Amino acid sequence: MTGPLTIFDRPNSHIGKSVPRPDANRLLQGRGKFVDDIQLPRMLHAAFVRSPVAHGRIENMDVSQARAFPGVMAVYTGADLVAHVEPYVGVLDHLAGLRSPPQMPMAVDVVRWTGEPLVMVVATSRAIAEDAAALIEVEIDELPPVTDMERALDVDAPVIHEQYGSNLAWERTVEAGDPDAAFARADVTVVERQFRFGRHTGVTLESRAAVVEYDPSENMLTFWYSGQAPHMMQFILAKHLGLPEENVRVVSQDVGGSFGIKIHTYGDEIATAAAARILGRPVKFVADRLESFLTDIHARDHVVDGRIAVTADGKIAALAFEDITGIGPYSMYPRTSAIEANQVLNLTGAAYTLENYRARARVVFQNKNLMSQYRAVGHPIAMVVADGLLEDAAHEIGMDVVEIRRRNLIRDDAYPSTTATGLKLDDLSHHKTLDRLVAVMDYDARRAEHAHLRDAGIYRGIGLVSMVEITNPSPMFYGIGGAPIASQDGTTIRLEAGGAIHVSSSVTEQGQGTNTILAQIAAGVFGVAMDRVKVTTGDTRSTPYGGGTWASRGAGIGGEATLQAAFALKQQVLVVAATILQSSPDGLDIVDGQIVDIGSDGGGGGGGKSASVRMSLSDLARTVYYRGNELPSDLTPELIATRHYRVTDVPFVFTNAAMAAEVEVDPDTGFVKILNFWAVEDCGRVINPDLVDGQIRGGVVQGIGGAFYEECLYSEDGQLENATMADYLVPMAFEMPDIIVEHVETPTRTSVLGAKGAGEAGTGGSPAALMNAVNDALRPLGASIHQMPMTPERILKALGTV
Amino acid sequence: MKAAEFRYERPESLAEALALLEDTDLDATPLAGGQSLVPMMNFRLAMPGMLVDLSELDDLKGISEDGGGVRIGAMTRYVDLAGSDLIARRAPLIAMALPYIAHAAIRNRGTIGGSVALADPAAEMPALLLALDATITVQSSAGSKTHGAADFFLGMYETALEDGELVTAITIPAPAPHRRFAFYELARRHGDYAMAGVAVSATGAVGAGCTDFRVAYFSVADRPVRATAAEAALDGKAPMDGAEAAVAALGEIPFAGDLNAGIATKLHLSGVVLKRALERL
Repeated sequence: MTGPLTIFDRPNSHIGKSVPRPDANRLLQGRGKFVDDIQLPRMLHAAFVRSPVAHGRIENMDVSQARAFPGVMAVYTGADLVAHVEPYVGVLDHLAGLRSPPQMPMAVDVVRWTGEPLVMVVATSRAIAEDAAALIEVEIDELPPVTDMERALDVDAPVIHEQYGSNLAWERTVEAGDPDAAFARADVTVVERQFRFGRHTGVTLESRAAVVEYDPSENMLTFWYSGQAPHMMQFILAKHLGLPEENVRVVSQDVGGSFGIKIHTYGDEIATAAAARILGRPVKFVADRLESFLTDIHARDHVVDGRIAVTADGKIAALAFEDITGIGPYSMYPRTSAIEANQVLNLTGAAYTLENYRARARVVFQNKNLMSQYRAVGHPIAMVVADGLLEDAAHEIGMDVVEIRRRNLIRDDAYPSTTATGLKLDDLSHHKTLDRLVAVMDYDARRAEHAHLRDAGIYRGIGLVSMVEITNPSPMFYGIGGAPIASQDGTTIRLEAGGAIHVSSSVTEQGQGTNTILAQIAAGVFGVAMDRVKVTTGDTRSTPYGGGTWASRGAGIGGEATLQAAFALKQQVLVVAATILQSSPDGLDIVDGQIVDIGSDGGGGGGGKSASVRMSLSDLARTVYYRGNELPSDLTPELIATRHYRVTDVPFVFTNAAMAAEVEVDPDTGFVKILNFWAVEDCGRVINPDLVDGQIRGGVVQGIGGAFYEECLYSEDGQLENATMADYLVPMAFEMPDIIVEHVETPTRTSVLGAKGAGEAGTGGSPAALMNAVNDALRPLGASIHQMPMTPERILKALGTV
Repeated sequence: MKAAEFRYERPESLAEALALLEDTDLDATPLAGGQSLVPMMNFRLAMPGMLVDLSELDDLKGISEDGGGVRIGAMTRYVDLAGSDLIARRAPLIAMALPYIAHAAIRNRGTIGGSVALADPAAEMPALLLALDATITVQSSAGSKTHGAADFFLGMYETALEDGELVTAITIPAPAPHRRFAFYELARRHGDYAMAGVAVSATGAVGAGCTDFRVAYFSVADRPVRATAAEAALDGKAPMDGAEAAVAALGEIPFAGDLNAGIATKLHLSGVVLKRALERL
């Protein structure tokens, strides 16, 4: 490791402190700038006619009335865009065998899910575009839809893409050790369960949106984008619209939540860009809530048949499962729809010492909306299967669920280690987090209380999870497979003439506070106050090249690039300062915007009250920028520094957490009240405790959504039946428990900063703890549930009541 | 989505409003609190050619004594019902239910008349009016008439309202001495439409047998429904004494399932909410 070792101890370090978000006032005062806030001269508005059926052949579309409607500037069908958009294919090389046909922004001859774009109307207002869209007559010859993923591979199932001969998109089996022999052992107890996970989606406060402007004089396309990966979108727009990459600028200003929804290629957004280019006028498209439910990627949708073998002393002898997941009619471009299944294979049981393991995943096409990466990709499935089976097995052999974990979790001193599938694990703390969890929640007392309450007919339960989270991905995640998705990120820091610094980074802000932590790191490492830092992210024209923020990588990767850039700029500034002050760089430091003598406070390391100030950063910068004549001719000051960072040697930096839920089940109604939730989490170095706790809590709430509330309900013929905020239930404040967050800090040794990701742990871990808690409560009633969301009706069915 | 184009009128007298509402060519539609109509317009599920905004009609607002009972103007907002002493004393069942009717922001705008005219089978208010034996006054340019709640709610979003008619008031009769009330609902999230809910009223001293039960369900069928067989099973008994028999008699209800609960679950939960309401009676 290189770099300074004292940055965390500097008197003016902001790392590790709950610094308030500099953008909070702006956002709370309604001064945020989201895509729909953009008003450009001559801007037009797009509305889409979408497929009313799940599967069918387009026989005829009469757009003549719409075209003639006053205020309508253009009407495009899928066929009209064939000449303007190169089709895209959602496969990657490292997911061997994954297949998906070329996709166009709007259906050309066959519609394959309800909500698929069919016709785009561009008009002087959105209302006019919708008026005209209503006049378009579409004749579709319906084809039999494939909606039930469990029947999608039946020999008599209709095949969505005839050229493949079946609806299988991808299949992978992983195996370690000899699971068959382990399951056959006489001294093991085998527990089998079927787990079902409903489809849900990430309901963002700001819906997907795009404003696209094309300037023919420079052949330049600008795409204002509510999203997470500007450089990826730059590549995609350039490639599929046939523009030089440098002639595409993608800008993400404020983004109102994303959760993985906004890192994909959506036909309506690509069509909006194509229309702007054809028309030479700016075009705005903002998805309304119905369009969001129909087309924002969905997630989960798995059925897993799993089994575990444990010995009488609680050791896991083997774990095996079969997973089937439905992804809609295409694999999503460019990240594919196979990553989630792959993560399930990789992550199930990854917290535990596991020698004998077999897992098979099958990814199938169906006539529903596309499924792809959403917060905590694959994690809830993996954790529910492993920890669900483990807790049920513990009860079978009469062992406490904490004790069985202690006997199987990888030891804290056993790292580096590898998972059964060969992924490298390092710097994890399963035992430490579990110990802290047990203490924080007062586990034993709560168990005793529950036993007592059961006698009074009150059914409470506790469930735990010991989890891993994939963060800080390396090029092994996407780049290796040919995706235009950077795993490295860069930060440029510039000293301003006034002595402030400007940070420009390729990671992005979607509301979680990325810009705040970048400012904290830069300010602390360089040596200025927080209010002397400005941050720019999200603009491909002005930021370094990078991947953006997803897979819990903003802090760990963008943060490290920022740390390195701040350190580099500091050294550069001190060289200039040393020349001006006739001192040596080693003898100087930067504290609160001032160049000071090291040791002048008597403490070494600089920064005490008595530090002798030699000059201000502003003086230095103004000397360099305005009065270069005062500097020696051979001095070439650089008051700007850029550093990039990527994770090497490991595919991901894993984090871990131990979580627990306490619930009370009302057996008469099937209602579950979540009484408490605890998360003891190890994301390495915590940069801003309030923001990390916010990530964990928000993640837990989203996990509660998946566990109890959220589900995209399709009819058998492929209609989404609950595409409104009244019918699709997101978790809301009234039902949320207190969520107690504690941290164990085991910094990753892959970076100086030592930060791992924290964005997805809550979502990845909480469903398993919640399901285990519900089953703990139901156990005395002889019932159990392994289907999410755990709705009142499903619990009543599990109880045999209805 | 954006609402389809419509004409907007804000009449300043009831007569003017009623005249505007006669325009069936434009499908003239009254706008009360807008908490259901406006979202439906924004989804283009409702596309009235003319909106007649009732917000200036002060005659339709307010709560007043009415022969020992209470008269509620159709444009009275839920937030005003919640703050009314008269409602608390004369129609305590409404006061009990108000915290469960949607969310504060919706109660700030939503009106009793709007809820009654919409006749959403999952809404609380129509069932409350059944349990309270309320009457609904409707008016058109031709004059006014009244309907008993039982004759007003005819099906899903279907009422006895005819073209050109407007709900102007709800009248709740004076409660008999020892009239008691209870309310219970099961909603997946606070403020959601319930999976099942019930409003109960009966006459009798605490601990004694009760008579004249009115058991009115919401969110279990295509309209608010009284469970008359259950009422008969309860008659003359202390509430909990008749509870089991009443629950057993719920099969008479023409249950309708929804996304959250099939018919079997509706039946089961109807029994649960009835028992819990009777415990509270």
